[in-house]
Amino acid sequence: MEQLLSILIGILVASAVYLMLARNLLRFLFGLILLSNAANLTIFVAGRLTPGAPPLVPDGMDAPIGDVANALPQALVLTAIVIGFGLFAFALILAFRAYQSLGTLNTDDMRVAEPKEIKS
Amino acid sequence: MSWYLTLPLIIPFMAAIIAYLLRSSPLGAWVSIIGSGLGLIASVVLMAVVLDAGVVAGQMGNWPAPFGITLVADLLSAVMVLITAITGFAVAIYALGDINERQAKLGYHALFQILLAGVTGAFLTGDLFNLYVWFEVMLIASFGLLILNGGKEQIDGGVKYVALNLISTILFLTGIGLLYGMTGTLNFADLALKVDEVENQGLLTVVAMMFMVAFGVKAAVFPLFFWLPAAYHTPSFSVSAVFAGLLTKVGVYALIRMFTMVFDHDIGFTHTVLLWVACFTMVIGVLGAAAQSDFRKILSFHIISQIGYMILGLALMTPLALVGAVFYLVHHIIVKANLFLIAGIAKRLTGGTEVYQIGGLYKSAPFLAVLFLIPAFSLAGFPPLSGFWAKYIIVKATLDLEMWFVAFIALAVGLMTIYSMTKIWAEAFWKPHPDGIEPELKTLPNKAAQIIPVAGLAILTIIIGLNPEPFVIFAERTTEQLLDPTAYITAVLGDPS
Amino acid sequence: MNSVILVAGARLQAVLLLVFSAYMMLRGHNAPGGGFIGGLIAATAFVVYAIACGTEDARKALRFDPGSIAGAGLGIALIAGIMAAFWGDALFTGQWLFIGATEDSKGIPLSTVLVFDIGVYLVVLGAILSITFALEDAV
Repeated sequence: MEQLLSILIGILVASAVYLMLARNLLRFLFGLILLSNAANLTIFVAGRLTPGAPPLVPDGMDAPIGDVANALPQALVLTAIVIGFGLFAFALILAFRAYQSLGTLNTDDMRVAEPKEIKS
Repeated sequence: MSWYLTLPLIIPFMAAIIAYLLRSSPLGAWVSIIGSGLGLIASVVLMAVVLDAGVVAGQMGNWPAPFGITLVADLLSAVMVLITAITGFAVAIYALGDINERQAKLGYHALFQILLAGVTGAFLTGDLFNLYVWFEVMLIASFGLLILNGGKEQIDGGVKYVALNLISTILFLTGIGLLYGMTGTLNFADLALKVDEVENQGLLTVVAMMFMVAFGVKAAVFPLFFWLPAAYHTPSFSVSAVFAGLLTKVGVYALIRMFTMVFDHDIGFTHTVLLWVACFTMVIGVLGAAAQSDFRKILSFHIISQIGYMILGLALMTPLALVGAVFYLVHHIIVKANLFLIAGIAKRLTGGTEVYQIGGLYKSAPFLAVLFLIPAFSLAGFPPLSGFWAKYIIVKATLDLEMWFVAFIALAVGLMTIYSMTKIWAEAFWKPHPDGIEPELKTLPNKAAQIIPVAGLAILTIIIGLNPEPFVIFAERTTEQLLDPTAYITAVLGDPS
Repeated sequence: MNSVILVAGARLQAVLLLVFSAYMMLRGHNAPGGGFIGGLIAATAFVVYAIACGTEDARKALRFDPGSIAGAGLGIALIAGIMAAFWGDALFTGQWLFIGATEDSKGIPLSTVLVFDIGVYLVVLGAILSITFALEDAV
């Protein structure tokens, strides 16, 4: 299972890099989502994949019984997903605003804040 | 759990909430000032406690380390929190004269306080994942502040800033995942113990490099700095001052923390890379500055070159060099934030930031000229200002190691810094204004609110410069803690025996 | 969008979603659910409503500015964390109050954890709605 997921992470990163190399800002953002999913999967795999029950403590006990899954990577991934979701929503709005005010999503044309190009 | 550890975090959050609910009234700015003032008091208390006890740690929700969320303050954290609070207080006052009603209504003061909370949290956290979370808090707030004005330039700069910082965030997250897979812990103190037990030390170096790239983007080192000069000259002046002072330094802090306490297994490789990065960062930054003519762009490139000195101090990894890095960190935050604040006053007086199109400030506002000269000379390393001692310690450390070439670069970059500062001086201050305007300081709206923080930070620069000894002694104690994290580990995990 | 069926359906659905979101939030301590999920479901209710009737009506139905809701939620969550200090515990330690507890049953368990969850609920609701309203306004 680890190998399978590792390959999946590899594919995700490769597609992400391909998308992020595009000039279009929107494609870049899509690449970013894939990359952040790859990172989340990496944490998940790094936490060891074991078949186990949800790590919930039954009533009146101090510790869960039997084999339970490692809760920490799940918590980390959940936090990372939430944060990633917030950041991505912001980035999407920013891209939209950029399209509205700059009239383009081509990153090569985004030079408003740069010094004027000197044509020789 | 001790109050002194949590108050520097709770106060800015509370201030942010109140300021946001009061965003339509002029009281919002005052909430921000009072909040920063209380935060300053809280961080002074924290500093006093840490000076007394060495390292203090606290566990959130009574979950024992390394399982719970830990807050730790050693000397480095405490001084960074203190300097953050000082800068935050100065900028909060300055905002009275800089932030207009529209920006306040969009929530400037709340975002500013959240940014301060994020920076403080990043300095105080005791584990890697929470460092990530605080980075994100800081990042979200900085995104908001950057594009608050909503002009074309801000959006353009914002896109680059957001894009490159998001990549660094994801790299950081991947690094966290891999490190967790290898060691099973993310607590700094626990990591410092566990990394020695990792079998595959080569893989550890790979992860170390991932962290170096991730923090390198935040710290704006060569060749990862491109977002900084693309974005820092676009937002309001108080925003760019607090960005310039604090944000990149969080990256430097994270590098220092990780590469002294955790990743010290293969110094021959990692710190050699850092050494090269530092040299290139210094040179490229200062050359970039020499080519610019916008007040804030020159300063932005100088942030990069100055970051190089701090990384150099870390890369050399001798006690003296680390003393220099810590000293430099503190001095640079004050000086850089101050220069950006002055750029704001200069813009309001003369109507521009393009140095060739403004001028006449020396004649009409000599007091401002003096206030500019202090941080500018300090930045370039003139004695007896704070920058001189910072540079002196770092160069001395390179000479002790007989790295003549590196020492030469460090000195040459200092010289080039003078060139840029003289350019600003000659163009913006000395020559008459090309349009014949004679801008007077008296005409400034809300004059006191703008001058007082600038003067206060300048006085701080002079105090450090004239009386560096206690600060150097303090930096030496900090370095001892960094190189021997036993006290840190004991404070977090309890006595091992 | 101008569809009678959607408008009528959305009103009904929004109410159901809001009730469901409260249920999800309250059961969250020892079962799947919680403030975050509840907040998401509540936000869905208003988003559905906004799609059917327009953001203006949705804002009116919400009564408060979504940003202020998020701010208030953050404040509630923080206060819930600080409350632990009044019992002399570390910050963010859960404090429990069992109303009408007997030997057999725990009665009604109230805790600062629940207050914290309500704070999270409001933060999520406010944050998501301010983003989606801003986007829908622009499109």
